[in-house]
Amino acid sequence: MKIHEYQAKQIFARYGIPVPKGQPAFSVAEVGPIAERLIAETGNPVVVVKAQIHAGGRGKGGGVKVAKGGAAEATAIADKMLGMQLVTKQTGPAGQKVRRLYVEQGLDIARELYLAALIDRDTRRIAIIASTEGGMDIEQVAHDTPEKILTVSVDPVLGLAQFQVRQLAFALGITGKDSMKAFAKALDGIYKAFVAEDCSLLEINPLVVTKTGEVVALDAKVTFDDNADVRHKEWAELRDTDEEDPVELEAKKHGLSYVSLDGDIGCLVNGAGLAMATMDIILQHGGSPANFLDVGGGATKEQVTQAFRMILRSDKVKGIFVNIFGGIMRCDVVAAGVVAAAKELGLKVPLVVRLEGTNVDLGRKILDESGIAIQSASSMGDGAAKIVAATRKSA
Amino acid sequence: MSILVNKDTRVVFQGITGEYGSLHAKACLAYGTKIVAGVTPGRGGQKFEDKVPVFNTVAEAVKAEGADVSCIFVPPVGAADAICEAVDAGVKLVICITEGIPVLDMVKARRYIENKDVRLIGPNCPGVITPDECKIGIMPGAIHKKGPIGVLSRSGTLTYEAVGQLSALGIGQSTCIGLGGDPVAGMDFIDVLDLFNKDPETEAVIMIGEIGGNAEQRAAAWIKANMKKPVVGFIAGRAAPPGKRMGHAGAIIAGGKGTAAEKIAALEEAGVKVAPTPADMGTTLVAAWKR
Repeated sequence: MKIHEYQAKQIFARYGIPVPKGQPAFSVAEVGPIAERLIAETGNPVVVVKAQIHAGGRGKGGGVKVAKGGAAEATAIADKMLGMQLVTKQTGPAGQKVRRLYVEQGLDIARELYLAALIDRDTRRIAIIASTEGGMDIEQVAHDTPEKILTVSVDPVLGLAQFQVRQLAFALGITGKDSMKAFAKALDGIYKAFVAEDCSLLEINPLVVTKTGEVVALDAKVTFDDNADVRHKEWAELRDTDEEDPVELEAKKHGLSYVSLDGDIGCLVNGAGLAMATMDIILQHGGSPANFLDVGGGATKEQVTQAFRMILRSDKVKGIFVNIFGGIMRCDVVAAGVVAAAKELGLKVPLVVRLEGTNVDLGRKILDESGIAIQSASSMGDGAAKIVAATRKSA
Repeated sequence: MSILVNKDTRVVFQGITGEYGSLHAKACLAYGTKIVAGVTPGRGGQKFEDKVPVFNTVAEAVKAEGADVSCIFVPPVGAADAICEAVDAGVKLVICITEGIPVLDMVKARRYIENKDVRLIGPNCPGVITPDECKIGIMPGAIHKKGPIGVLSRSGTLTYEAVGQLSALGIGQSTCIGLGGDPVAGMDFIDVLDLFNKDPETEAVIMIGEIGGNAEQRAAAWIKANMKKPVVGFIAGRAAPPGKRMGHAGAIIAGGKGTAAEKIAALEEAGVKVAPTPADMGTTLVAAWKR
């Protein structure tokens, strides 16, 4: 689960990670007074207006603007920014509507650095990644100049050790007793926040050193580990459903795993691996999948019906391929769900069903006796070929 | 022979009285698995299905019944602790079926088992089966058949798909192992390939990977340097978009890394025949194995 920059910075502040002064705004009218207050408090006439969307790359897309002309200019910027479709390299061509802004004090920046904490799958530990190339695309830096990136791996027993803090500080060129101390405090907060808040990614790009030697998180990106949501009731309030795909949200509510794709063949599969493989085989037969949908290991008839409903809601879907290898999942339960959904929703597109595994004969019987036009497939290859052929015909 | 589990394996089920745990314990018992004990804190002294003694702790179960493998069906928040409990009790293999364990819990559990004489499989996996001898996990036993092919996979149902294709061709399996779909897990491809390489009864191997991480690339390098038996591969997720988690917590293309194309290329470079579609895993194996 992702959260907004301003929410991440509020968490940072609780852990002693220095952040610029700022306040979120949900309407243009709020921006002027916030800007005035920031200017008065900091003595710096510069404020920054930042679009709050989950996708990265906001600056290049016009979602971060500096106002040097006080509250009036900040308001003018906000007027244009709030409600715009912000297109970045991460949003796709349609962009994301800006519904929230963050107004922040301007800083006199001396250097821009990169700092992140994440789960390193190779070492199976938390890694802290630092680079002097702040403000850049870190993947590009890793590719072009890997020597400019330092990664330290944290032993969960030891926690982030002092020697590692020194390694990171020297790698970032942070010198002087005060800067070093400020950096150590920030880093300590980053590690503690990562662990206590169950993050899977905590990224600060850039972490800046100001002209007066302060170390400040100028940006903040936090992703939580979804598996830990049971111990973080507070996440419900941080969630911004406007930033999430409504169909994916609904799927989650019903215990289904769903990802929307661009194609026109709906897929209903049990198991994540088989669901991916089903998309692959559709593609290889010249078709294009409309979704990834894993109904899980022990889905009920209601869940299968719900899954069907979600697939059919999209008018781009020209056909449906149900691919089930029943282990725990019983084929008769799937068949009953498919029949119930088809009757309830009125099936107007071709349907190909491949059933294998537990109670397969019973499942096939339910489908055969349903009176619904279903093409049955003997294997997943056969099923993919049939659904691609059927959708081509109807197109 | 086989790897990891066989007819003599003595299993303790952690979470045996839970809904999911009891359902699968029954299926494993029916398959012939020697489940010698169950553990549910607070239920010590009871019997499961009138025959399997239930204990409060794994330590008691191991001491009383000599269990050497633990299978975990404990809910996500307590599952990493359950792994550590099993390790502490001295079992040699821990198989964790539970899906949805917080990743930082797994980071700690992994640290705890470091340098100890124990293996971990999973979490978020279907388990391990040596056909006709021992089934520990949630896979449908009936699709398996005893034979010379080792199967290992990051996916559950895709493993069943591979096994189903092999059995339909009349080819049996030595042992089938689900490694699980989580980013931080126990044994990886290399650990299991090494065991298959040394197992005299395994003649060839099917390995099934998916997008996310680089375990398949590392396995490819290891295969090139060490593997003496034919390996056939499949990678799920050619059609997966970047940045989207595809069901499994670990199945995500992040920062342009971990794509199916990258993994397929690495495997092919190492001499692994990669099945062109998921429907061809069985036939690709036959071609590589009989050659």
